[in-house]
Amino acid sequence: MKAKGALGIIVAWLVICLVSHFAIQHFTQRPFITLDNFELMMRQAIIVGLGAIGMAYVIMTGGIDLSPGSTIALTTVGVAITIKATNNPALGIAAAVIIGLLAGLVNGLLVAKLKVGPFIVTLASMLIFRGIAKGLAHEQTIGSVPDTWISIFTKALGKTERWQLIPKGAWVWLVLLVFMWFVLNRTVFGRNVVAVGSNEKTARLCGINISNVKIMVYAICGLFAGIAGLMQESRVGIGDPTIAAGEELKMIAAVVIGGGSLLGGEGSIFGAALGTLIMTTIGMGCSQMGIANWIQEIITGVIIVAAVTLDRYRMTRVPKVVEAA
Amino acid sequence: MSMLQVSGIYKSYGQTRALIDVSFQIRPGEVLALAGENGSGKSTMMRILSGEEVPDQGSLTIDDKPYSPRNPIDALRSGVALVHQELALCPHMSVAENIFLGQMGSTGFSPKEAEAKARPILESLGYPDLDPSKEVRELSISLQQVVEIARTQAINADYVLLDEPTSSLTKADIRKLFELVQRLKSQGKAIVYISHFLDEIREIADHIAILRDGQMVHRAPMAEITEAEIIRHMVGREMSELFPRSQRTPGEELLQVENLFGDNAKPSGASFTLHRGEVCGVAGLNGAGRTELLRAIFRLDHVRSGHVTLKSSSPHSIHQSWFGGAGFVSEDRKEEGLALGMTISENLTLPGRKGWLFSSKANDEVADKFAKKLRVKAHSVTQNVSELSGGNQQKVAIARLLHSGCEVLILDEPTRGIDIGSKAEIYELIDQMAKEGKAVLIVSSYLPELLGICDRVAVMSRGNLSEFIPVSQTNQEKLMEMCVQ
Repeated sequence: MKAKGALGIIVAWLVICLVSHFAIQHFTQRPFITLDNFELMMRQAIIVGLGAIGMAYVIMTGGIDLSPGSTIALTTVGVAITIKATNNPALGIAAAVIIGLLAGLVNGLLVAKLKVGPFIVTLASMLIFRGIAKGLAHEQTIGSVPDTWISIFTKALGKTERWQLIPKGAWVWLVLLVFMWFVLNRTVFGRNVVAVGSNEKTARLCGINISNVKIMVYAICGLFAGIAGLMQESRVGIGDPTIAAGEELKMIAAVVIGGGSLLGGEGSIFGAALGTLIMTTIGMGCSQMGIANWIQEIITGVIIVAAVTLDRYRMTRVPKVVEAA
Repeated sequence: MSMLQVSGIYKSYGQTRALIDVSFQIRPGEVLALAGENGSGKSTMMRILSGEEVPDQGSLTIDDKPYSPRNPIDALRSGVALVHQELALCPHMSVAENIFLGQMGSTGFSPKEAEAKARPILESLGYPDLDPSKEVRELSISLQQVVEIARTQAINADYVLLDEPTSSLTKADIRKLFELVQRLKSQGKAIVYISHFLDEIREIADHIAILRDGQMVHRAPMAEITEAEIIRHMVGREMSELFPRSQRTPGEELLQVENLFGDNAKPSGASFTLHRGEVCGVAGLNGAGRTELLRAIFRLDHVRSGHVTLKSSSPHSIHQSWFGGAGFVSEDRKEEGLALGMTISENLTLPGRKGWLFSSKANDEVADKFAKKLRVKAHSVTQNVSELSGGNQQKVAIARLLHSGCEVLILDEPTRGIDIGSKAEIYELIDQMAKEGKAVLIVSSYLPELLGICDRVAVMSRGNLSEFIPVSQTNQEKLMEMCVQ
């Protein structure tokens, strides 16, 4: 059943690609499905795609995280400051990982120990992290950051690199995607995450430490926001405390389009990735057809409603009860 | 003649027949007690009277005119109002607003006007000092109940149904409630009173109607029936041959509970010992603290003080309880016992997973072994639990304990709401477990079941656990008597 769900999303994505292809060819006489566009799509999807991995974990437990956008901004500032001070890109990466993990841990500890709803906790931390980012950067962008190899993650591929197919950052995304799929589906911790989301009371009854699981998923979400922040810095080359506002909503949308339920227990890591690709494809298709931004937003909204409705419809049709004999 | 007549009511839920040909009358100026064990059909009858359920067959009339409510609002319009056991008030609104909730029409709302209208109602109930502008959450439980009863009088209901009204009241509050009921009675209202406490029923009711297994087995004026007769009518069935009992020999101590206190004095100082090869049962009414006792032992609920020794360890968390060799089956299969959205295999193997890696294939294989052992009827263990029947779901919940290899099985209402075939299989399994040297602690509302499968039983009453006595030295009547004390 799970595989079938993922298949449905792949089909939806392919349909969107084909529709865009023919529409664009019709109106502009240019093809849409090309290797160049594939590379472009992957490059645009990296940031939301990475964030959506962590978000999928949080949503899997029935939680929500509104702070990744702010964490991304905070990370760009942290990475920019670190590289400016040390000229060492490795330390920049370490800064991204540490900032992301810390931000996630704060969220996780507050949700698990204060027993305050995750919506409220992360709404607050969204403001707090954004504030810290602005404070650290003195309410300015941090420019003239030395150009290091961090920028290669999101650079377009040069002529001699075409064999790599997609940007290096996208490879990082794909590797982490597979790894986090493995963690969710093939480790005891991952199955505990699903159990907590499916029925927290049952998970507790069976001796699973609910607060540890919650702390971990928010830490993971923060970590991936940190990595997304690193990619953001790689792309823009500056530390920008106002960047990525609202990116968390795109991550949530990606998870939901990919079959995730905000009630927890459902969803998949690959689904979240496909959700990201669907949104990116729509964005690219619209802009290459010259469709205004506002129409793009309306289409994305409609897709979210359609995805959830289809999912609900599919769920109500499935159950068949085995009679007691 | 003015009265509410119930004639030949039938009601089934799927295979379960909840009410079979039930008839009785409720007369103005009278208190009718509706008595019966848990599951005898009392609640279903109340739900039908108050319009929350529609009967399959049979008729209701008020003053010889047909009364067929499709919903609670219909019932209120005909003057029939139910006061739920769990109060249904809006805590942040005032007493007056709660009294007139849904009755205020579509025009503007004036707090002053509502309060002025609420005052005479509260006076007529004997509570002239209750301030109608006060927020309901500031009131004690007993005063909240008064507000709920005042609500029935705001619409001038002639028939007031009280479902277990004293279950959370103190002795002094019970006296006040009785005065209120007497007042309503003297105003010519009819009251249907449901309670497990026989002494209360004897004091307040004029008539008694006793339900058993969905049938009306006895009706009598209260003056003409003794307490012993009431109990006999409530229980009165033959012990069937459902219950296998192998030769079991109690061995060493497996579980020792010493002076255990939980929150709200449930349990309040429970002590007992459970041995290998023993099945021990705890009887009691709903709300007496049976479930709380089991949950405190397993550390699912907070423990105030006391000590639990499990084999050689003394667990302080749910996790330690599982690893110490105990397992728990929840009374609430759908909300807590099972994660309905997960597969049989995932549910079955949830406790006690060790190490880091998880192989769903290995997991499915071992789950399949246990599912087969318990004869769970399913296509495969990768099926979602929600697709199984109640009995098969419960078997998965119990299989979980066997998979974890626990030796102390703590079962809270393990046969509630499942078909008779699955029940028999679970009884057989419990017997087999005891024979293999495990210990079983079981709570059940169904006395024949406890007497049938247990070696020793105790009764929980208002938080206090009695001694465990061998089943050969007791019977249903004696146990019921201890329950209602």
